[in-house]
Amino acid sequence: MAELGFRVLIAAPVIVFLFLVLGAVVALLAILRREHPDVLDAVVGASLFVLFGALVIWAAIEARQYLVTGIIVGSIIALGALGITLIYGILKFAHFAHGDMMMFGAYIALAALVGGGSIGPLSFGWGMIFAMFVSLAVLGVGSIAIDRVVYRPLRRRGSGTVVLAIASLGVAIVLRAIMLLWWGPDQQLYVSGIHPAREFPFDIMLKPDQIFIVATAFLLMAMVYLLLFRTKMGKAMRAMSDNAELARVAGIDTEQVVMWTWIIGGALAAVAGILLGIQSNMKPELGFTLLLPLFAGAVLGGLGSPQGALVGAMIVGISQEVFVGIDLPFPPFGVPGYKPAVAFGILILILLVRPRGLFGKT
Amino acid sequence: MERGRLVAFLAVAAITAGIVGISANDSETLGGFVSFLTVFVTTVAIFAVFAVGLNVQWGYTGIFNFGVVAFFMVGAYTSALVTKEPSSSEFVKYVGGLGLAEGLGPLNLEGLTGFVLGALAAAAVSGIVAFLVAIPALRLREDYLAIATIGVAEVFRRIAIEEEGLVNGTRGLTGIPRPLHDLVSAPDYKYIYLAIAVVVLVIIFVAIERGARSPWGRVLKAIREDELATAASGKNIFAFRMQAFVLGAMIMGVGGAVYAANQGSIVPDTFSHFFGTFIIWAMLMVGGSGSNRGAILGAYVVWGFWTLTGLIQPHLPEALEARTSYIRDLLIGLLIIVVLLLRPHGLMGEERRVSLFAEHEKREPPPVGAPAAGPTEE
Repeated sequence: MAELGFRVLIAAPVIVFLFLVLGAVVALLAILRREHPDVLDAVVGASLFVLFGALVIWAAIEARQYLVTGIIVGSIIALGALGITLIYGILKFAHFAHGDMMMFGAYIALAALVGGGSIGPLSFGWGMIFAMFVSLAVLGVGSIAIDRVVYRPLRRRGSGTVVLAIASLGVAIVLRAIMLLWWGPDQQLYVSGIHPAREFPFDIMLKPDQIFIVATAFLLMAMVYLLLFRTKMGKAMRAMSDNAELARVAGIDTEQVVMWTWIIGGALAAVAGILLGIQSNMKPELGFTLLLPLFAGAVLGGLGSPQGALVGAMIVGISQEVFVGIDLPFPPFGVPGYKPAVAFGILILILLVRPRGLFGKT
Repeated sequence: MERGRLVAFLAVAAITAGIVGISANDSETLGGFVSFLTVFVTTVAIFAVFAVGLNVQWGYTGIFNFGVVAFFMVGAYTSALVTKEPSSSEFVKYVGGLGLAEGLGPLNLEGLTGFVLGALAAAAVSGIVAFLVAIPALRLREDYLAIATIGVAEVFRRIAIEEEGLVNGTRGLTGIPRPLHDLVSAPDYKYIYLAIAVVVLVIIFVAIERGARSPWGRVLKAIREDELATAASGKNIFAFRMQAFVLGAMIMGVGGAVYAANQGSIVPDTFSHFFGTFIIWAMLMVGGSGSNRGAILGAYVVWGFWTLTGLIQPHLPEALEARTSYIRDLLIGLLIIVVLLLRPHGLMGEERRVSLFAEHEKREPPPVGAPAAGPTEE
């Protein structure tokens, strides 16, 4: 009771102060909105960049280790958020099975993992790379199969986006149940044992595995970027994301675009899940919980914007780690359990001030 | 019989026959059999409250709440904190403990007043939470609210776990007062509680049915069907959506209160996404969104299905027995998908009657030769 009382005592004036500031800002913005809506838009966008930029710079000076962990987590979230944003842009619905797809990818790799060994300083061997490709292929093909069986019939019938989203909830439950049936509810690891972190310049401790995670994530994102902006299919995908009707009229095979969207989304989810498994562990329960940081990242960047997904996910990942890393006597600081609360806070902030996100179209 | 009705009838008949048959076979005494069915129906009634609440949000208004469990949880904890006595042990820490179940002097009515006040408090707090979440999210596309409600559910569960002094952390709250507890012996209490749960469900059902057929309810359905046209006819879309969302959340809060008193104890793990949200969506989809009868029917069919698979479990080979509960999860997920694909309106389908007035008109057709309805020239 005493501990809670203390926390409330400190948190209450802070919250009241924040509300007062918020009220003043809202009043100011209301005036701006009436007089100069375009100026307001620019101001809000710029202040968000300044806010998150300041957080990152501050972390780089004061909490470097948490910043680095945040970048690792952020790059994993980014792979998932990229899939969510592509699916949202092209199929126009929020894919609530994405977290479970990530976990499923992680478990498929676990099933396909044979042989131990290690590549250089990494904790896993070539078997892991092989398992990664197996999982990537299974999820890519599996996503198309799910689309054919579930989403396409609904799409053809002209079901609204919300019906598709509920269907994705059904898919999420099914994927989760398959994981529980096959591997049970307990957490699993690819490689057990302790793998000590090494010291790097600027007092940063990193495991070789973590460098692998960031490298893989960025390599994949670069590939997706090239595909989107340097190939014909990418052009078709962007066209359909802008205006599906117009794309169809222009002779784009929209069903093929949809198929490629699922292949990319599924493969990215698989790799993201595996990287998460390498970074921490895997557990069927985790899938649905993952949706919060994934969507927070995608919404922050602007749903439908691939560059946005990367930036948004990085901000979410870094904020989560930095906030719980700082030890202040009131929530969410210093409590690892509050990581989802940080993602939620970012989500609510962005929904309040700029629902189209940092890079979203109006 | 029309095909849809036939499917609904067959589903209910199969579930009922299965449950009655297997539990009668497994029970050693008649008392055991009756008490099993009592507990089953009580649980159905409680789930039906959540499903009706979701129907107000999704079925009537098209609001997309994937965090049902958040309001369920808020309701359960609120009513527990309002009815329980303050903590007397240093190892059990929670805020409040207003002790309404014991207090109130002559108005106590064997704890019934405290229970009702607890349920009202649960509704109020759930409603406030819904209101706060809706401010940023309800104006935007439907998906944003779904994401925000998932977030609320997750964050609340974390708060319940991490803030040890709030609701006693992972150890949870025990000894939640039960209304009318002293009237009968403990084994017979379940019959009293069955009555309480059913009464709560009936009150909510009747109120919502009337509301749905009132002008207010028609606006909600109009918003769901065509938001732009409704706005064009001068309705404040945001206000109506907000009312429906908050009302639905309040109903879920009451459901949480009824749940808490029935269980007697709650821990944060009680409020999983699966039991708090997924299964309730399955109930509404199976029963038929847009219909309160459908929501209740869905609660019966889905929970019946759940119970039935549990009853079959001991009769299964050992290898399968351990994992049966996951097969049930799988089937619940498949059920949602199959219903969406094959029977998008669920077993019941939406009722066509939308107005108390229209119903009245239908019952008493105007006599032949009378002037047709509509504006008459005077």
